[in-house]
Amino acid sequence: MSHPTATAATKNGDLEFFVRGDHHAPNGTLLGFWLYLMSDCLIFAALFATYGVLSQSFAGGPTGADLFDLPLVAINTAFLLLSSITYGFALLQMQQNKLQGTLLWLALTGLLGTAFLSVELYEFYHLIHQGAGPQRSAFLTAFFALVGTHGLHVTIGVIWLVTLLLQLSKHGLTLTNRRRVFCLSMFWHFLDVIWIGVFTFVYLMGSMS
Amino acid sequence: MSDTFDLGKMIFGRLSLEAIPYHDPIIVATFAMVAIGGVALLVAITRAKLWGYLWTEWFTSIDHKRIGVMYMILGIVMMLRGFADAIMMRIQQAIAFGDSMGYLPPDHYDQIFTAHGVIMIFFVAMPFVVGIMNYIVPLQIGARDVAFPFLNNFSFWMTASGAILVMMSLFVGEFAKSGWLAYPPLTGILQSPGVGVDYYIWALQIAGVGTLLSGVNFVVTIVKMRAPGMSMMKMPVFTWTALCTNVLIVAAFPVLTAVLAMLSMDRYLDTNFFTNDLGGNAMMYVNLIWIWGHPEVYILILPLFGVFSEIVATYSGKRLFGYSSMVYATVVITILSYLVWLHHFFTMGSGATVNSFFGITTMIISIPTGAKVFNWLFTMYRGRIKFDVPMLWTVGFMVTFVIGGMTGVLLAVPSADFVLHNSLFLIAHFHNVIIGGVVFGVFAAIAYWYPKVTGYKLDPFWGKMTFWFWIIGFYLAFMPLYVLGLMGVTRRMSHFDDPSLQIWFQIALVGAVLIGIGIICFLLQFYFSYRKRDQLRDETGDPWDGRTLEWSTTSPPPQYNFAFTPRVHDNDAWWQMKANGVKRPQDGFLPIHMPKNTAAGVVIAGISTVLGFTLIWHMWLPAALSLVALILATIVHTFNYDRDYHIPADEVARIETQASEVKA
Repeated sequence: MSHPTATAATKNGDLEFFVRGDHHAPNGTLLGFWLYLMSDCLIFAALFATYGVLSQSFAGGPTGADLFDLPLVAINTAFLLLSSITYGFALLQMQQNKLQGTLLWLALTGLLGTAFLSVELYEFYHLIHQGAGPQRSAFLTAFFALVGTHGLHVTIGVIWLVTLLLQLSKHGLTLTNRRRVFCLSMFWHFLDVIWIGVFTFVYLMGSMS
Repeated sequence: MSDTFDLGKMIFGRLSLEAIPYHDPIIVATFAMVAIGGVALLVAITRAKLWGYLWTEWFTSIDHKRIGVMYMILGIVMMLRGFADAIMMRIQQAIAFGDSMGYLPPDHYDQIFTAHGVIMIFFVAMPFVVGIMNYIVPLQIGARDVAFPFLNNFSFWMTASGAILVMMSLFVGEFAKSGWLAYPPLTGILQSPGVGVDYYIWALQIAGVGTLLSGVNFVVTIVKMRAPGMSMMKMPVFTWTALCTNVLIVAAFPVLTAVLAMLSMDRYLDTNFFTNDLGGNAMMYVNLIWIWGHPEVYILILPLFGVFSEIVATYSGKRLFGYSSMVYATVVITILSYLVWLHHFFTMGSGATVNSFFGITTMIISIPTGAKVFNWLFTMYRGRIKFDVPMLWTVGFMVTFVIGGMTGVLLAVPSADFVLHNSLFLIAHFHNVIIGGVVFGVFAAIAYWYPKVTGYKLDPFWGKMTFWFWIIGFYLAFMPLYVLGLMGVTRRMSHFDDPSLQIWFQIALVGAVLIGIGIICFLLQFYFSYRKRDQLRDETGDPWDGRTLEWSTTSPPPQYNFAFTPRVHDNDAWWQMKANGVKRPQDGFLPIHMPKNTAAGVVIAGISTVLGFTLIWHMWLPAALSLVALILATIVHTFNYDRDYHIPADEVARIETQASEVKA
């Protein structure tokens, strides 16, 4: 890219109208992925707004204060936040061109993500088992939709992570693979940010009501 | 649920022979026509041995120009279906008075108006708009392709996949009877237990993925891939409007995805988002769908504003008047389009304060829009205007759109809206802006850029016939609806009692028939222009004395668009090049780096169609299998690292020399 030389003139002062050399537009993957994340953010915004509207519609059923097991959710939050740190360590290893270290930290991230999902599934199972499934009231519908959509994203993140581990061990830290590691990193941290919103607005504020 | 595991039910779900509407003569006749036409087309392609060519050069192509053309063909095909629905409604309403019940049972009529709306917006207007942007934007910014060529191909096939599902609903099962936005609780499982709403949901969800990805793609393309020297304020106006539209797509379509997902949870999992009991809130749906729906109408119209801007400058032989005000007007419309959604349901009882806020923001939108109209007029003022077909459409647009805009401002007054909402006045209003704006714009764009795509112009005689039949037909078909709306006639009726209304519906039918003739002329235009292509041929690549970069390359452009990336110093980059007597360089070619074709888009979108169909019919086992297949196919695609190649320099030299020889 040569924007600064865009008005470059030839020696005799005429304007230059073509790039005579090799011209490559910059890679837009990270910007594109970031835009995708923002659109995903809007899906969560719609779900949060819906939860906001329906959060008091208990229909005579259980409330958040009746249902939420805060210590369990706190442990789960810790799993997810920790997984963002381990992802950061994976990136540091990648910066130092250490493939093994990158793989190791990524694998640990995946384990923490799986732990998070297991606890969430346990929580869902437990709720449904005591008659507080998504069909019980609009509040529970909105709760399962919001938390479930986040969980679905983490699931996709774990599948992606496993795929990426295979690709990294096959091709190493190539330019394409580095870009993919960065994209997944953005995705992973994004899910963390969303979870902080979920934890605050759904669990903490729900337990207080 | 039965206790025993029923394998047949797991595989076939609700699908049985009963689902085929063979007892309805209208549908059987339509099916026969489509089947005969379809088989004839397949046989013709097979006989001409075109399958290999279509597969390698088109279906798997990641060339933005080929994909753009495929979008346009999809739009034209679906326009015929959407128009067939329209003329059926007009005939029904013209005859169903008093004792006559017309020829369509209410059940069928309701499917037709729903299908008409859904098809015209999602599978006609959207493919047209995205198709034009696909073809033109990279050429206007001097790029060799879009930022993500594979995603572009995938987006197209996802859109086509949605269209296929809607078409299937005609012959297998039914379509929604709920109107084009499918409000609950009518669309809840209790009131609509059939497959119609599910066809609606999955067709839009699948097509929506394609639209969202192409939105991301174009924003990145325009932000990152402009030719050196093309700062934001040197971008052609069409590219500006395309940028704003794609920002709107990225910011609006996720809401549609979310709200349709919630509706499908209500239908599939018995949840209570929008139900009448257990705390559900149907108003949430109406709010959310219009938070997508209002930006959507600007997604459709903005690029056509851009098209008219390009055309008016070219055929007036002048630089566009008020370039920066045009850009600011576009951006202001983009932002305001998010602040008006509630005007679609003033009558739902949000209260006077909320209604006033949304009424006022709605009226404010007419200011930037008005600024645009004045800019176009001032561009024409003292210009050397050539009344070629694109310019006819542009003038027709300016007159028609202003009328539609003014009735829109009328509807924006909440107190007036309480009288006019849900009436035929509203129907007349939005057809007035969508036909007068989007459809006229698309026809103008096709006439304007056709020589760029094919290398020969469209026959102006048939173009003018199309224009006059359309514009006269439009006024005859929709002005009576304003009158009827003011008389209090509501929309979506399949039968009327008051015989004094009938004459207006009969006039509207005449209008619809004229529009039908206009569509036939439009199709004939392609045929006759192809026959006369040697007379209509343009070898310069710049038949209209254009101003922007797409006219600086050959027609049709080579696969890589530009052998040398242009450098830009002015808004009208090509105009300036011509003024400086610049010629395309004839030597010093370098190898050009290009992306490779791939079948992944067709495959993944094909699996998505199957997944959609199986979910619609509750075929759980095949649905689970196709979901797994979808995930696997996506993963397999990411293992393909061999995605690009170089066109050798002597190949580039050969193509360029050939182009110059044709010119000489």
